[in-house]
Amino acid sequence: MNSLTGTRALMRLALRLDRVRLTVWVLGLSVMPMGTAANYFKLYPTEADLQAVSGVLSNPSLVALSGPLFVVSIGGITVWKIGVTEFILIGLMSLLTVVRHTRTEEETGRLELIRATVVGRYAPLTAALAVTGLANLVIAVLIALGLMATGLPAAGSVAFGLATGLVGMLFAAVAAVAAQLTRGARAAVGIAGAVLAGTYLLRAVGDTGPTWLSWLSPMGWALHMRPYAGERWWVAGLFVVFAAACTVVSYVLVGRRDVDAGLLPDRPGPAEAAPGLRTPLALAWRLHRGLLLGWAIGLTLTGAVMGGAAVGIDNLESPNQQLTDILARMGGRTGITNAFLAAIFGITGMVAAAYTVQATLRLRQEESSGRVEALLATRVGRLRWAASHLTFALLGTALLLALAGLAGGLSYGAQVHDVGGQVGRLLGAALVQLPATWVLAGLGMALIGLAPRLSALAWAALIVSVLIVELGALFGLSQAIVDVVPFAHVPKLPGAAFTVAPVLWLTLVAVALGAAGLVGLRRRDMPVA
Amino acid sequence: MTEAIRTDALVKTFGRTRALDGLDLAVETGEVHGFLGPNGAGKSTTIRILLGLLRADEGAARLLGGDPWRDVAGLHRRLAYVPGDVTLWPNLSGGEVIDLLGRLRGGHNAKRRAELLERFDLDPTKKGRTYSKGNRQKVALVAALASDVELLILDEPTSGLDPLMEEVFRQVIREEQQRGGRTVLLSSHILAEVEALCDRVTIIRQGRAVETGTLAEMRHLTRTSIQVDLAGPVNGLESLPGVHDLQTHNGTVRFDVDTAALDAVMRQLSTVGIRSLTSQPPTLEELFLRHYDRADGQQPAGVAR
Repeated sequence: MNSLTGTRALMRLALRLDRVRLTVWVLGLSVMPMGTAANYFKLYPTEADLQAVSGVLSNPSLVALSGPLFVVSIGGITVWKIGVTEFILIGLMSLLTVVRHTRTEEETGRLELIRATVVGRYAPLTAALAVTGLANLVIAVLIALGLMATGLPAAGSVAFGLATGLVGMLFAAVAAVAAQLTRGARAAVGIAGAVLAGTYLLRAVGDTGPTWLSWLSPMGWALHMRPYAGERWWVAGLFVVFAAACTVVSYVLVGRRDVDAGLLPDRPGPAEAAPGLRTPLALAWRLHRGLLLGWAIGLTLTGAVMGGAAVGIDNLESPNQQLTDILARMGGRTGITNAFLAAIFGITGMVAAAYTVQATLRLRQEESSGRVEALLATRVGRLRWAASHLTFALLGTALLLALAGLAGGLSYGAQVHDVGGQVGRLLGAALVQLPATWVLAGLGMALIGLAPRLSALAWAALIVSVLIVELGALFGLSQAIVDVVPFAHVPKLPGAAFTVAPVLWLTLVAVALGAAGLVGLRRRDMPVA
Repeated sequence: MTEAIRTDALVKTFGRTRALDGLDLAVETGEVHGFLGPNGAGKSTTIRILLGLLRADEGAARLLGGDPWRDVAGLHRRLAYVPGDVTLWPNLSGGEVIDLLGRLRGGHNAKRRAELLERFDLDPTKKGRTYSKGNRQKVALVAALASDVELLILDEPTSGLDPLMEEVFRQVIREEQQRGGRTVLLSSHILAEVEALCDRVTIIRQGRAVETGTLAEMRHLTRTSIQVDLAGPVNGLESLPGVHDLQTHNGTVRFDVDTAALDAVMRQLSTVGIRSLTSQPPTLEELFLRHYDRADGQQPAGVAR
């Protein structure tokens, strides 16, 4: 038996298991750059429009966020706008896919079943990398073709597609190593995710100051391939070398370690529970705290950077009239900075809603894993159990938004010398998003209670909401459709006047959905697999 | 109140599958009741209905004098449960899970916990994800047995335990039995375990109780295997009621006899003169096999219902 025997069968299995998930990732990542470019062709029809906006983009905070703008052209701005987002997302897709088909399979014991058949030692890892590679290849090709279709130059389009695909492959290789280190799949995702976050931060610091730091970060490499700005093809070699090195390391590790063992030791836990671990809420805290902490750090940093970026908007010298109009339409006439901040916190709200959905669906995870059974056989009732997790979905999101608002207020306020005033304003702008995120928690709860097997649709609802809000205007969607999205009703703070009605309505909808879900949960059979 | 558990004609369907098809079950207070059946017979479904996790489509269930669906919190304070398939939180240690479940149940005995950990040879500091199946089972067992409750519901509690630990489990259950006052519902497909521990047994098959009673009562339904050397030829033995599978070989006679017919058969044999006789006692195993080891899935004729 060859050590790769069975790779093709495992690839088919992985593709079968991921047919929906990977398709969504591939389509999303392929369409975004094309959509962005098409958007800019509409927004900046003339060279003068472009020049006008480029002044803003060299603001240090924005450079930290998105990287340097190498060239003022539609292609250049598209890469600047969407590049880092694409790189982060494709990195996430790749590392999640690789870990899912390696360490997750191993942790659940399914790998043991597979490896006992005619399957080579290296086949599972090879299949995981091959499937991820395939997804990356398809995305790279679709991005290049899509950008060319909008009328952008071929060389730059290919370079951006290539850079995106290479970032994906590199993080696939990083995840392949991480998956060998720990016994738990979540920890492996954590390690690979931390590497991803690290490369982003390294690049952010490097692009605003010591450039050599950017060259230590694969995300920096991807930007410095300079699509549409005198492509540097040789940078691709860096990816190939680094990814190959990681892959070799992962294969060596697979060859040396036992099935279901990690290289990092499992730390023993306490022999007795802490006195506080005596309620469902205390258990929920143990289960949610890691996730919440990660999100808290992420949203605090985002808020701080965004608050800093807003200062640059003030210095806008000759604003593009259309851009001003759009921003003003979004935020009223009180000023472009307010409009910018409102837009930013609108996005932050939708990002935080991802945590809301994640935390809500934890209920479903507890149920389908079977862990809930032992819990519900104690005095704990279903509602109390559901409430323990919903607390994190609802109040956890409030905490995250408050942190983003606070950090934004501090960093913006420090620069305009009005910390006291700005903290309050931006805290409000962040927290006003809360009822909209709650609607998603309510929807998740309704699904869990009434149609548990479909509860992953809460994610679909969030994704569709984001697409409608972000691209609705571009594609001229009717207001009736936009109105379905909870985020469309949030008052555009700061700047626009705060109105109670939409906030109240959103809260009511959230409560109604959640109550329906809880009633359903009380009445239905448990656990539903 | 003398009945800890009673179900009458329980019916539960999942889609097109009829998991329970009119199940009757009665467990008396203070007894260890075996709930015996092959995989998929409906044991876990019954238990989940008793725990108020599933709602019966038809029929009635009473648990400790209450309605298992309505009086969840009140009843669960008085019982402990070991699921058939124990899954633990990957990042909680075994000790934490034991304490958490004990506290959520309304408190448990720390001394008893320590003693059980010792007897089951369980390391409570390991994280949930690192336990083997047998050790996960032990975590759930210790959590349940350390609680001072009236009713223990154990769903195939020894699956994954090694023979040594199975013996420990039996000892612990026997001690519970002797202490009195505790009722145990023990679902299992391991006959030896049920024979060793249970006062009464209910055998379930395809969602129905096909047999219920004490082991002694059940033995009436089983056959004793006899091998006998006789002084002379015996006639008419095969025509006696209750004698089955008679074989004669060089003066040695082998047959199976219904327990009820044993007396008559022995009289007949002693008239001929017995040189030697070995008998094998009836086991639950046989009864079980008579119910299940049929390729056509039909009940054998002549089995009392």
